[in-house]
Amino acid sequence: MTSSDLAIILPEIFLALYAMVALLVAVWTGKDKVASLLTWISAAVLIATALWIMLSGGETRVAFSGMFVDDQFARFAKVTLLMASGIVLLLSEGFFARRDALVFEFPVLIVLSTIGMMVMISAGDLIALYMGLELQSLSLYVLASIRRDSLRSTEAGLKYFILGALSSGLLLYGASLTYGYAGSTNFGEIFAAATDGHVGFGLLLGLTFMISGLAFKVSAVPFHMWTPDVYEGAPTPITAFFASAPKMAAMAMFARAMHDAFGNAVADWQQIVALMALLSMYLGAVAGIGQRDIKRLMAYSSISHMGFALVGLAAGTEQGVTSMLIYMAIYVTMNIGTFAFILSMEREGQHITSIDSLNMLSKKEPVKALAMLILLFSLAGVPPLVGFFGKFAVLMAALDAGLVWLAVLGAIASVISAFYYLRIVYYMYFGSDQVEQIDGTMSPIQWTVLMASAAIMVLGVINLFGVDGFAANAAASLVIN
Amino acid sequence: MVQLEHYLAVAAALFVIGIFGIFLNRKNVIVILMSIELVLLSVNINFVAFSAYLGDLTGQVFTLFILTVAAAEAAIGLAILVCFFRNRGTIAVEDVSNMKG
Repeated sequence: MTSSDLAIILPEIFLALYAMVALLVAVWTGKDKVASLLTWISAAVLIATALWIMLSGGETRVAFSGMFVDDQFARFAKVTLLMASGIVLLLSEGFFARRDALVFEFPVLIVLSTIGMMVMISAGDLIALYMGLELQSLSLYVLASIRRDSLRSTEAGLKYFILGALSSGLLLYGASLTYGYAGSTNFGEIFAAATDGHVGFGLLLGLTFMISGLAFKVSAVPFHMWTPDVYEGAPTPITAFFASAPKMAAMAMFARAMHDAFGNAVADWQQIVALMALLSMYLGAVAGIGQRDIKRLMAYSSISHMGFALVGLAAGTEQGVTSMLIYMAIYVTMNIGTFAFILSMEREGQHITSIDSLNMLSKKEPVKALAMLILLFSLAGVPPLVGFFGKFAVLMAALDAGLVWLAVLGAIASVISAFYYLRIVYYMYFGSDQVEQIDGTMSPIQWTVLMASAAIMVLGVINLFGVDGFAANAAASLVIN
Repeated sequence: MVQLEHYLAVAAALFVIGIFGIFLNRKNVIVILMSIELVLLSVNINFVAFSAYLGDLTGQVFTLFILTVAAAEAAIGLAILVCFFRNRGTIAVEDVSNMKG
């Protein structure tokens, strides 16, 4: 262990130290009285770390004999998820504080899960991947049930825990077979174990189990069943967190495991990922139609979006990874904006999540309704908004990789899923005013995030803020030709 | 002579029993937690068997990590279960059904 190794994981060490110090300080001083302050500081620390990683740049660096990889790909994903975590913390503080439910564990757990995500994105070895994944998952189980006096929150936590632990088991079983048949847990050596484009039977079994475990984490069909319940049951700020940073991290980890460890056998995993992508897009699009609860709707929406991101991964090319990264960055931005709005949905001081309460919002709150209209159109992939370019990029990647059927079916799925987004828009602009409407006001932070997200969806069409260039560099550092 | 295949067969059997324990069990959440432990232990058997077979220590190191994490996981699972029990008054699997759809 040399100091150069430690220098490479300095951001992770810094965040881990911060989390431990924050926990100690909170316990020693005012406990929940300092929770508010701690949330602001944690958000600042997360965003500062994102800027630090963004500015550090440079070549691919490998630490701890291949355990930990710091490349452009990892940096792209880390910056996105650190920003997402920080902004979700900013959004959550007011929500919890007004309900007298802000506990000091909340920011600490968010920071700890973010460290887990950073480790799993940078993993160059099955052990590092597992440790990062578990640090993230264990924090998320607790976060889901953080309202421990609420039946729905604890039930969401319990369901998430059981299915999450099962998925870890599947992933580990796959990892054990991979280790046995490849002779190493290092991604580079697993990569070398696949000859002439295919892996042996034992390794194929390991690969399949690992994909099942990873699919749980990105909530791809057929491993999605936890998503709607957890999204609905968990407190809304936690749902906003689940729908942003962990999704980015899980997707990046999926891409890293596939390309770094099994990049020699693209044909072997391509068919599995393509099938999961197809099923996710359709299940997300069809099952979302009947939902009346906006948090449940966002769960199905995220399943469908993960399907599209998997289309990019299924292409198995550098272009595919680029499009997946662009898609995820756009998805996270849209989602945070949408959740900033959902967090502000209130009626007589009570948080409500029914879609019906949005009826005729345009009359009372024209600016908010317009911002939501832009975000929902963007989520649906309506041109010329940024969301459309994300879908366009993944479908083009699939086309160029010869998956014409997947691209065509993906386009159809995107039309089906547009229905439930447009229905909300219909309610907001042409609904009836006989129903109980929301009457809450937004906090300045929520308002800013909502407007910024909507503005990005419009202004981004000029050049996507250069994200595509960063994504292309990131993909080039991951995919070995 | 006990070969690698025998260990793998035992591990596979334990793994399948664990998975079935999670999905077929209709009674008690505690049984699900026990099934999860079974799955993780089957993985450990796999790792140790492969490690001995390959003459490579990494597998055993991995096993130690899994054991540690499994303990933390069980602690968190039981803590969530206790909170759930306080709210619901029961831990029967069919009662974990407040949300559906």
